[in-house]
Amino acid sequence: MTDFAIELSGICKSFGAVAANRDVEMNVAKGSIHGIIGENGAGKSTLMSILYGYYQADAGTIRVNDVEVRIRNSQEAIRLGIGMVHQHFMLVDTFSVLENIVLGAEGGVLLSRALGAARTHLKQLNQEYGLEVDPDAIVGKLGVGLQQRVEILKALYRGADVLILDEPTAVLTPQEADHLFRILRTLKAQGKTVILITHKLREVMDITDAVTVMRAGQVVGNVRTSDVDRAQLADLMVGRKVNLRVDKPEHEPGAVVLSVKGLNLVDARGVRVLQDVNFQIRAGEIVGLAGVAGNGQSELLEVLAGMSEATSGEISYKDLDLVRRKYREPKAAALRKLGIAHVPEDRSREGLVKAFSLYENVILGYQCDRSIRRGPFYKRRELVARTAQLIAQFDIRPDNPLLRAGLLSGGNQQKVVLAREIHADPDLLLIGQPTRGVDIGAIEFIHRRLVALRDAGKAILLVSVELDEIMSLSDRILVMSCGRISGEVAGKDASAMALGLLMGGGEKH
Amino acid sequence: MKLGQPSTLPRWAQLTILPVLNLVAALLVTGVVTWLIGENPLECLKLLIHGAFGYGEGIGYTLFYTTDFIFTGLAVAAAYHAGLFNIGGEGQAYLGGLGITLTVLAFDKILPFWLLMPLCLMAAMIFGAAWAYIPAWLQARRGSHIVVTTIMFNFISYSVMLYLIGHHLIEAGSQNPTTREFGANSWMPAMQGMAAAIGVHLPNTPLNASFFLALIACGVFYLVVWHTRWGYELRTVGTNGDAARYAGMNVPKVIIVAMCASGALAGLAAVNELLGSTHRMNVDFTNGIGFVGVAVALMGRNHPVGIILSALLFGALTQGGLDLSFAKPLITREMVLLIEGLVILFCGGLENLFEPMLAGLFKRGK
Repeated sequence: MTDFAIELSGICKSFGAVAANRDVEMNVAKGSIHGIIGENGAGKSTLMSILYGYYQADAGTIRVNDVEVRIRNSQEAIRLGIGMVHQHFMLVDTFSVLENIVLGAEGGVLLSRALGAARTHLKQLNQEYGLEVDPDAIVGKLGVGLQQRVEILKALYRGADVLILDEPTAVLTPQEADHLFRILRTLKAQGKTVILITHKLREVMDITDAVTVMRAGQVVGNVRTSDVDRAQLADLMVGRKVNLRVDKPEHEPGAVVLSVKGLNLVDARGVRVLQDVNFQIRAGEIVGLAGVAGNGQSELLEVLAGMSEATSGEISYKDLDLVRRKYREPKAAALRKLGIAHVPEDRSREGLVKAFSLYENVILGYQCDRSIRRGPFYKRRELVARTAQLIAQFDIRPDNPLLRAGLLSGGNQQKVVLAREIHADPDLLLIGQPTRGVDIGAIEFIHRRLVALRDAGKAILLVSVELDEIMSLSDRILVMSCGRISGEVAGKDASAMALGLLMGGGEKH
Repeated sequence: MKLGQPSTLPRWAQLTILPVLNLVAALLVTGVVTWLIGENPLECLKLLIHGAFGYGEGIGYTLFYTTDFIFTGLAVAAAYHAGLFNIGGEGQAYLGGLGITLTVLAFDKILPFWLLMPLCLMAAMIFGAAWAYIPAWLQARRGSHIVVTTIMFNFISYSVMLYLIGHHLIEAGSQNPTTREFGANSWMPAMQGMAAAIGVHLPNTPLNASFFLALIACGVFYLVVWHTRWGYELRTVGTNGDAARYAGMNVPKVIIVAMCASGALAGLAAVNELLGSTHRMNVDFTNGIGFVGVAVALMGRNHPVGIILSALLFGALTQGGLDLSFAKPLITREMVLLIEGLVILFCGGLENLFEPMLAGLFKRGK
C-alpha cells in the first residue's frame, strides 16, 4: 500500500515523428501540491492531457489510488476523481456561475432540481475552501481570477480529489495569484491533491511540496521542493547554467527622446484609466514601468504607440508634438515611420498573424515601406533572405522563413516580434511584457538584446508585471497605480519591498 | 482528431485526395437517389459526363457556365480574404447587368466596339462595386453583419430590377420583360467567330471572349492578394483584426475596398451573360450564379487555381445536368439541383468528413 494518488510509469507519447513524452515516471503523493515545471514544449501539457484522457499514451501505465486504470476520455477521468482547470477557461460567459457548474451534470430534464441541489452543495464548497464566488453572478462579468475559481468549483462539484491546474497564474495579477495559492493550500489542508503545471520557478518554490522537472519530453528530476533552490531548478530545466541576473554596464543617458506631460485617458465606461501622467525617457536608457496588471500600463502603451488617443495631455517625441500633429494615415503606422517601434503585450493576438509565414510577419507594421517593393509587388526573395538573417541573429527555431508563425513556441514567436522591431532600428522602443510565457533560455537572450539596444543609444520603455525583470533591466523605474505614476526609483536602488509599497499606493489591501 | 485541431495530413493530400473523396461521396449518394427513383445511376453518370465533355457543343456550354462561376467564385474569395462572407454576388451581378444595359442602350448607336466594350466592362464593375459598397459601409462603420445585409440586398436588387425592366427598360410594344436587343458593336466576340478567324472550326455555343477575361482575372487576383501591399493588408484584416490595428492599417477602409472589389468581380459575370450570350437584359438572368460562387470559392479554398477547377466542376454539372434531364424524363431540373446541392454539402459543409480516416491511413503508412 502506497500513499500515492497518481502514479505514472513509462509513459510514452509521440505525435508523428515528435516524441512529446518519453518514459515519463512520476508519483504524486496524496494530499500534496505537486509541481511540474519545464520550458515551453517540454511535454508538461501532453502528460497532463494523457492523465485527463484527452490523449492515449502509446505505452506506460497509469495508477490512480493504487489501481491500474485506462483513461479513455475526460468523463472517465472525472469518474476517477481527476479534475482539470485549463489555461483557457471552458465556461459559458452568458450563464450564471451556478448554471456553469451544473453544465454537463444536469441529471434530468428539468433544471430546477439540479440547480437547487447544486446551490446547497456550492455553498458548502464555497465555505469549505474559501472560494468566495457568488453563485448568481454572470460568468462573463467576473474578473479572470474569479472565473478561474468557478473552474475550480466546477471540478470540486464533480467530486475531484486530484486537481490539475495548467499554468493557472499566467492570466492572473500577483494579488489574484496569491489568493489562488491560499485556495490551493486550503484544498491541500482538506486532503485534496493538486498538480500545478507552470514554468515560473517562484511559484514552484512558494507552494509546492514536490517537483517533477521535464525537459524535451523526459523527466530530468523528481525532487522535494525543500531540497532544492531556484538556481538548481533552473539549471535542471534548461540543462545548462542559467544567468538569472543581467550584466549591465554603467551608461550615461543622452538627450530626451520622449516627453509625456499631463496625460489623461477616460475610457468608454467613463473610468479615468490614466490620470496626469508625466515622465521622460532619454536616449540610451531603459525606463521600467512597474505595477500590478490593470493599473493603466497597457493603456499608456497603446496611447504612446498610436493605437488609441489620449483624452488630454501632451506627448512630444524628439521635437515633434505627437498630439497636434496631422496624420494622413493611421497613427500607429505614422509613428512607426518616425522611429517608434512597439512590441505589444499580447504578441499572439496583436504582434503576429499566426496564419502567415515568418517572412510575411517580418513586415507586419512596415508593410507600406517602399524599399521592400518593386512596383506594386513585394520583393519576396529579399524578404525571405532578410527573415533567414533575423532567424540566425535571434536564434529562432525552427529556422525556416516559410513556416507559419503559429507553429512556433511562445518564446520563439516573441523573438520574431522582437527581431522585427529591432531590425527597424527605432529610436524609441515600447515593449510590453517581453518575456510573458517565454521560457528561461529565451528570457536570458531577450534581456541581453534589450541591454545591447540601450547601449546603442536607443530609448526603451519597458512595461512588465515581473518585478525581477523590471529591477534587473531598468535604469529608472516608474511605478503605476490606479492610472497614476505613484513613484520613481533609480534602478540600482530598487528593492521589491519599496516597489511593492508604491504599487499599492492609494490602493486598499 | 478533435474539432479545430490543425490537420495532420500533408498539404498535397488535403488538396487532392480529400476533394476527390468528397466528390465521390456526393456522387454515391446521388447514385442511390437515382436508383431509388428507378433510373440506372451508371448510365446517368455516363450521360452527364458525356453532356458536359463528350462533344463540342457540350464543352462550349460547360466553359460558358464555368466563366460565370469563376467570376462569382473570385468575388466570394476576395471578400473572404478580408474575413467577410459576401453572399450578395447574385445581386451585385444583377446590378452589374444594369450598368451594362444602361451603357449599351445609351451608346450602342454612337460608339464603336473598341470604345463601347471597355466602357461596358467599367460600368459592370462600378455598378457591382457600388451595390456592394452599401453593405460594406454598414459593416465597416456601423457593424451591421455583412451576411444579413448582402442577402437582403439580393432581394432588393430583384425588386429594383423587376421594376426597372418592367416599367422603363422594356422594349416598346413587347410582352416579354426584356430590353431591346443590344447593338452588335457591344457584343463580346464569340469563341466560334474568333476560332474561325484562325481557321479552326468550333460549334455554335455562347462561349465567348469573357472566358479569357475570367482567366486574366484569376491571374490578377493571385498577384494582388499574395504579392501586393493591398493584398497583405486584406489578408491581415481577414485573419487577425487586432494585428491589423497594431500594424497601423485602416481596417474599415480595407473592408470597404475588399467588398467593392468583390462586387466588381461579381458584376463582370454579367458581361459573360449579357454581352456574350443573350445580347439583351432579361429578368432573372443571374439564375443563381452568385450562390454557386459561394460553393465554388469554398471548394476552391479561395485560391484562383482551386476556383478555376471547382468552377469547371460546377460548369460541367450545370451543362451535363441539363443534357441529362433532356435525355431522362425521370431526372428533372430539380434532380440536377440536388446533385449540385450534394456536391456543395460534401465539398463545403463536410469537407473534413474523411480527414480523420485518411490521417489514420497516412499514419499507419509511415
